[in-house]
Amino acid sequence: MSEEGIVKKFMYVNRKSPYGTIYALESLEVVLISAAFDQDVSLTFTDDGVYQLMKNQNTDGIGMKNFSSTYSALGDYEIKKIFIDKESLDERGLSLSDLQELVWEDEDEDYAEKSSINLVSRAELSEIMSQQDVVMSF
Amino acid sequence: MSMLHTINKSPFENSSVSSCLSMCAKDSSILFIEDAVISVMKSTKFTEMVENSLKDFRIYALKPDLEARGLSLNNVIEGVEIVGYDKFVDLTTEHDTVQSWL
Repeated sequence: MSEEGIVKKFMYVNRKSPYGTIYALESLEVVLISAAFDQDVSLTFTDDGVYQLMKNQNTDGIGMKNFSSTYSALGDYEIKKIFIDKESLDERGLSLSDLQELVWEDEDEDYAEKSSINLVSRAELSEIMSQQDVVMSF
Repeated sequence: MSMLHTINKSPFENSSVSSCLSMCAKDSSILFIEDAVISVMKSTKFTEMVENSLKDFRIYALKPDLEARGLSLNNVIEGVEIVGYDKFVDLTTEHDTVQSWL
């Protein structure tokens, strides 16, 4: 029997390309730590943040850790609301097929894999963001 | 005086790329590194600007930085030369000065 804590809505907003700065990796670390606190967590990828989810990242040449595969663990941490800003993809000539697929397993449906990714417009993002208790920007 | 310009910031993040392209002299070389390699990709908001500047400058992009970000070498604008660290060194020695845009 555990005490029911207060559950708040946390959104992590990722706006920077990976590797050029430390923000992307730091955000991911904070998100994974926060998952231990049973909060209502969502992630938004907008602006250059959409590059964080690019497929086929290979950091051998730059001598940095390739952390892109870690995003696929988000589903196991019960983080299943990932919002991708469509306008940001469009102005970069990207589509969802350029990004890795992120899924979570629904235990109520025999652990069926379901997509965590939601492609949203800026207007929808604005609405979702306004409903949050805490927004952390990286 | 030949000058090598290096830029390391995404064109979406600040105006280094557009300022550099509008300010540097005609026989300059420009090398995109780190997050600036985004500039040389096709189909972005900045593609046309970079394509037009190929008339005046030699433009290079660092391959390890493209690969790290999962940016396909096949989607790099034609005319942009993809180079490794060895060519980066050559470029710095071949030019009289290097200007690093921040």
